[in-house]
Amino acid sequence: MTKALVRARAILRTGLDDRGRTRIETMRSDPPITLRQTGPGEVHLVSTGAGPLGGDRLRLDVEVAEGTSLTVRSIASTLVLPGTGASLMEIHVYVASGGSLVFAPEPTVLAAGCDHRMTTAVTLAPDASLFWREEIVFGRHGERPGRCHSRFDATAGGRPLLRQELVVGDPDSDGSPAVFGTARCVGSTLITTECKEAEVAEGVAVLPLAGPGTLVSALAADAVELRNRLSWGESRVSV
Amino acid sequence: MNGAPGQPPTPGLAGLLLLADSRLPAGGHAHSGGAEEACRVGAISGPEDLARFLRGRLATAGRVAAALAWSACAGAGESTGAAESAWRLLDAEADARIASPAQRLASRTQGRLLVRTAKRIWPSPALATLAREVPDGAHHPIALGVAAQAAGCTPEQAAMAAAYTSVTGAATAAVRLLGLDPVTVHRVLADLPYDSVIAEQHDWSALPAHAAPALDLLAEQHLRTEVRLFVS
Repeated sequence: MTKALVRARAILRTGLDDRGRTRIETMRSDPPITLRQTGPGEVHLVSTGAGPLGGDRLRLDVEVAEGTSLTVRSIASTLVLPGTGASLMEIHVYVASGGSLVFAPEPTVLAAGCDHRMTTAVTLAPDASLFWREEIVFGRHGERPGRCHSRFDATAGGRPLLRQELVVGDPDSDGSPAVFGTARCVGSTLITTECKEAEVAEGVAVLPLAGPGTLVSALAADAVELRNRLSWGESRVSV
Repeated sequence: MNGAPGQPPTPGLAGLLLLADSRLPAGGHAHSGGAEEACRVGAISGPEDLARFLRGRLATAGRVAAALAWSACAGAGESTGAAESAWRLLDAEADARIASPAQRLASRTQGRLLVRTAKRIWPSPALATLAREVPDGAHHPIALGVAAQAAGCTPEQAAMAAAYTSVTGAATAAVRLLGLDPVTVHRVLADLPYDSVIAEQHDWSALPAHAAPALDLLAEQHLRTEVRLFVS
């Protein structure tokens, strides 16, 4: 393969306009991560280019200023492909006091042979609010996925709120009834709304965290079922 | 034998054996680590399923427990002992890695019982501080790490005890629930890659955090199942 390895760093920052409304202060795209404003305080991630491919190192920085609200979605799912070495997607997020972030892109699909690393670090100031959905699909239809190792770290007011790593494509955890069972997709939504009681339904649980938040965690046979299960769980967390 | 009399072959070994023994009166036998629910729903029906369950459990919950036990043992062993608020911080790091409230409860219940037992077997300042600082019960791997230090173990041995006990309770439960051949199940236990989940730890915020979504679901379903032999 002769394709040059991609290094990209996109930046997204909000601020308040003079009437106290959210405006997008910085929106620096860096292909293949292209950002498009699609509404007030709403930005879509548009992938301009295939991948990530093995060897690519992509980074997105998101900063939500005090008292502002931002929603980030994506146009399509992300297909992680093999290439030269491992690919990396790194996301760094800061939400200031009174700020609110909804981050709900389409799923990440792990193609055969991929070797992907995802790290997300979310820092929440006291009184920041967050809705963060993450979905991983183990291969396209009928495909065995490559490897993926994701790590998600969220702190709230300086205290650890949620730290989770997922490993796909590891012989010890693949097909284990303790980890993913027979599922082909895994997903979760972290919401900084406290709910009193845990709930559980087929393939999905609503889990009140020890800190100020709730995790909806789901396993499913396909991406549609996964989204349905997560949506059900999200609807149980009263806003 | 020409070794010096009274010189143990490996320091801490006796403490490790006592801590990892299922006969330690600390209530570990009452927990199946999700295995009871997995058997009930048919996710474990024989030795092959059980082996996959235990491998996955070791690679996730076992790895996290080993890292916490390592950190707790090392912290308890520092000359001054971990500062009082440090225990609450490590406890919060454990909390952030256990999304399921049912599993947090099971972990704290076992931790509280272990601290109570260990304080009488191996009295130590660190165990007393931990009991005082986390009165609702420290998470089990942290209790295990501090107890291991009190019993003369190294952090590596504490991590091994945590990795080992992360799967033995589930294995024994499956033997009892499904009537599996205990020798076959011990063969499964003997084949597990315990060493692969043990590593030196320094930065608490960066400790492994391997999640097991199926275990979370099983733990919550189990609490809602009417007939239960095991607490978790």
